[in-house]
Amino acid sequence: MPDARLLEIENVSKHFGGILALTDVSLSIEKGEIYALIGPNGAGKTTLFNVITGIYKPDSGSFRMEGIDLSGKKPSMMAKSGIARTFQNIRLFSNMTALENVMTGRHCRSKSGIIGAIFRNGNNRTEEIETEEKAMHLLDYVGIRKHADMLAKNLSYGDQRRLEIARALATEPKLLALDEPAAGMNHSETDSLKGLLERIRSDGITILLIEHDMKLVMNLCDRLAVLDFGKKIAEGKPGDVSSNPLVIEAYLGGS
Amino acid sequence: MEIFLQQLVNGIVLGSIYSLVALGYTLVYGIMGLINFAHGDVVMIGAMVTLTVIRLLSGSGLPGPLVVLCGLGAAIPFCMMTGYLMERIAYRPLRNAPRLAPLITAIGVSILLQNVAMLIWGREYLSFPQLLPAHAFPFLGASISFIQILIVAGSGIMMACLSILIRKTRLGNAMRAASQNAEVATLMGVEVNSVISITFMLGSALAAVAGMMVSAYYGIAHYDMGFLLGLKAFTAAVLGGIGNMEGAMLGGLLLGIIESMGAGYLGTLTNGAMGSNYQDVFAFFVLILVLIFRPSGLLGERVGERP
Repeated sequence: MPDARLLEIENVSKHFGGILALTDVSLSIEKGEIYALIGPNGAGKTTLFNVITGIYKPDSGSFRMEGIDLSGKKPSMMAKSGIARTFQNIRLFSNMTALENVMTGRHCRSKSGIIGAIFRNGNNRTEEIETEEKAMHLLDYVGIRKHADMLAKNLSYGDQRRLEIARALATEPKLLALDEPAAGMNHSETDSLKGLLERIRSDGITILLIEHDMKLVMNLCDRLAVLDFGKKIAEGKPGDVSSNPLVIEAYLGGS
Repeated sequence: MEIFLQQLVNGIVLGSIYSLVALGYTLVYGIMGLINFAHGDVVMIGAMVTLTVIRLLSGSGLPGPLVVLCGLGAAIPFCMMTGYLMERIAYRPLRNAPRLAPLITAIGVSILLQNVAMLIWGREYLSFPQLLPAHAFPFLGASISFIQILIVAGSGIMMACLSILIRKTRLGNAMRAASQNAEVATLMGVEVNSVISITFMLGSALAAVAGMMVSAYYGIAHYDMGFLLGLKAFTAAVLGGIGNMEGAMLGGLLLGIIESMGAGYLGTLTNGAMGSNYQDVFAFFVLILVLIFRPSGLLGERVGERP
């Protein structure tokens, strides 16, 4: 039986000065699941994202993607290894078009090097045409193809979130890490986002999700973990976790 | 009217050179927020290397334009190497330092380049031999020399190529992405370090061409010729909106025209009290006005995007 584990995080700790952002956090995410990470603000969720995308180096602990140790590697390595992410505060290339944003995501999959990017021979040109086609397809996939030539900064908020997902998908990830994708969305936008995430999963991409919208999380994810003050305090299926007294205390405040 | 047209022609020629140099400032600023004050000295090195090669080949009997082309062929890679090393040795270690540190380093690099050039090529003004055809064409009462046409056409072509490179190629895409958000670009697999190196090399290649043009146009080269030229090109970049490519092109042209109009009319306007030797004042007068009334430049965004 093939190993079902995609991402294994083992005893990762990270501190900033005297603040322990993450303490001995271990998780294991299986192929094809939607795994949510919840917890109060400042619990360390985004820090964990920054660690697995190479922006921060963990102080101790390690993580493996399909059995390969990636801890402390450069961000461009993470993209090549199949981890892509979006950001809590949208971070698009705002003065580039939607299409160009997605094409940028194809960089880590381009075979021709940076010199090949200037002197274009036949192979490079086919690759560039392919890149554009794939990018167009992804815009279609997330439902904003008609805005392909608009500057990212001129897109509506919801479309910007979709564009970030398309750009992340362009790196051909095995694991798509989404940092609060529904933040600031209304009901109908959240619903259609849910549809998109389910479709991404059914296309074989594993999703790691940070989200505060509990209704969305409980309806969507297969398993979830709860972080509080940098520690994992619970993990399991949505129903089990929501009745866990530790979780209730973390959210509602203990007496 | 004749004076006006002639000064317009001269201004466009001068402006084309400013634009080429200003692009070097603006490319580097756009991608890493650094004002590379040593960029003007790369122009000087371009001029010096061109001259050296020209002097080596002067007795060979090759036709003049070919000799100049050989000089340029040596100057471009030499300047690209200078630009690459400058970034690699002086600026990269300071990538995450406070902004003042790389700025002061840039001034240091500028002084260093000038002094090395002085040691190699001496303190004297070096003359650029008459290798390109000197005849001039009449044009609506003004006259345009062959070399002026060459400068305008040459820089026009280079700027068009650069525009295509930035707008249409994968490298250009990576450059724009890195300039807008380097961290996110890295997450997309863009090698930001290589992109920055290439940016410096591109800017330096343009500087090399500008160096050849300036020394061929004025007929001289000098180890500190890059200082004033660099400052003016920087002014042009600020005028257009630093970080903005079209801005650098426009700013360069405008500054060239303003300067040469000033030089042409100042004497008459002030009744001879101030002559065309006050030409340089205009560039910095423009800089002051821009900084007061439109600090982000003509084509720059009004508010900084940088978080």
